[in-house]
Amino acid sequence: MDVFSGESLTCIRGDRVVFTNLNFSIEEGEVLNLQGPNGSGKSTLLRLMAGLISPLEGKLIWNGSEVQIQERDFCIYFHYVGHQDAIKNALTVEENLRFWSDLRSLGQNESMIKRALDTFSLTDLSSLPARFLSAGQRKRLNLTRLCTTTARLWILDEPANSLDKESSEILNDLIKVHQKDGGILAIATHDIVMPGNKILNITDFSDTKNFKDLNDE
Amino acid sequence: MAFRNGTDSWVVVMFFMIVVILFPLGVGPEPDILNKISSGVIWVAALLSAMLSMDRLFHVDYDDGSLELLVLHPQPLEFIVLAKVLAHWLTTGLPLIIVSPLLAIFLNMDISSYFVLIITLFLGTPTLSLIGSIGAALILGARRSGALLSLIILPLFIPVLIFGVSAVEASILGVSSKPQLLILGGLFLLSSALCPIASAASLRQAIE
Repeated sequence: MDVFSGESLTCIRGDRVVFTNLNFSIEEGEVLNLQGPNGSGKSTLLRLMAGLISPLEGKLIWNGSEVQIQERDFCIYFHYVGHQDAIKNALTVEENLRFWSDLRSLGQNESMIKRALDTFSLTDLSSLPARFLSAGQRKRLNLTRLCTTTARLWILDEPANSLDKESSEILNDLIKVHQKDGGILAIATHDIVMPGNKILNITDFSDTKNFKDLNDE
Repeated sequence: MAFRNGTDSWVVVMFFMIVVILFPLGVGPEPDILNKISSGVIWVAALLSAMLSMDRLFHVDYDDGSLELLVLHPQPLEFIVLAKVLAHWLTTGLPLIIVSPLLAIFLNMDISSYFVLIITLFLGTPTLSLIGSIGAALILGARRSGALLSLIILPLFIPVLIFGVSAVEASILGVSSKPQLLILGGLFLLSSALCPIASAASLRQAIE
């Protein structure tokens, strides 16, 4: 069984302590909802989970073994969706998706790509250069990558931003299917909270002391 | 891995040609003088045009978030850097080498020294791309990054420039230019081993 957890994580950005002594644990088929006001550190925690930044203290644990930051083996287990859509303007919608699946060496599976584009109803736009897409369409293209990945752990940073109602529901369905397949999810969100989700409020771990005080102790 | 608009490399090649063509106009059409300065002029122009395209190497990926995904890729980041540098060289370094015969004629260069120039460019321009990748990775997120980039990497280009020019000059004087070419080759090998590591490290810093 897959388990992803963090133990006594502390993170600082600049001089500010974003959170201290934060623990979390997500098991197979579970969703962890990160909540908190803007700027409270939801994105920071997700970036930390993805290994993009390293914690000052504490460790991340995947299936009982500690995750070394920058460890290559861990990268195949998760998929990270950040604020930015990572879409190349010069390439068409389909090429963007293909480049991604090639990069993750998932192969040129025609039916998979077609199905992925279909999920977010991007099939009609597939030959359009990505520079013509609207913000919502870009987000949808970014999220289609979820349909092509084999990752167990999804780390989603406000995935429903700039999505219309219909697409949010598609995303919800995707999340449910992934959950049913035994996937693990960590989501920062203001809206999609489904019954049964674990909720982690970042503000519970915030520390009003700044970094200098921490050093003095 | 090279996903870029074709216009970029055209701009670089045109810049290279215009800079070189400006010299005969500025210095005057004296064949002897032109022959003497030709290698220096072509090398300095190649250096500047490599600079011109360098800041685009990682910046677009940084802006649109692709860089995060590349860092999170199971492949070592060093290989990805190497692939990007190769793509950069193919789209900027190689076109420069292709147009350089034309410019050698403009500058009244001997055929024999021209061949040496081509060899130095083949060894030197990939080195420029490799060294430049460190600078391009370091400036991510900085304001006025273009100017900063030139300050960081132009000094590092100096060894390549010195040996590139002196190899051609040796052949103009009729001396063997083998030692200079060997050193250029050494610089290329050294930078291809070390630069990806340095660039990858500074890319990780930029992401944090």
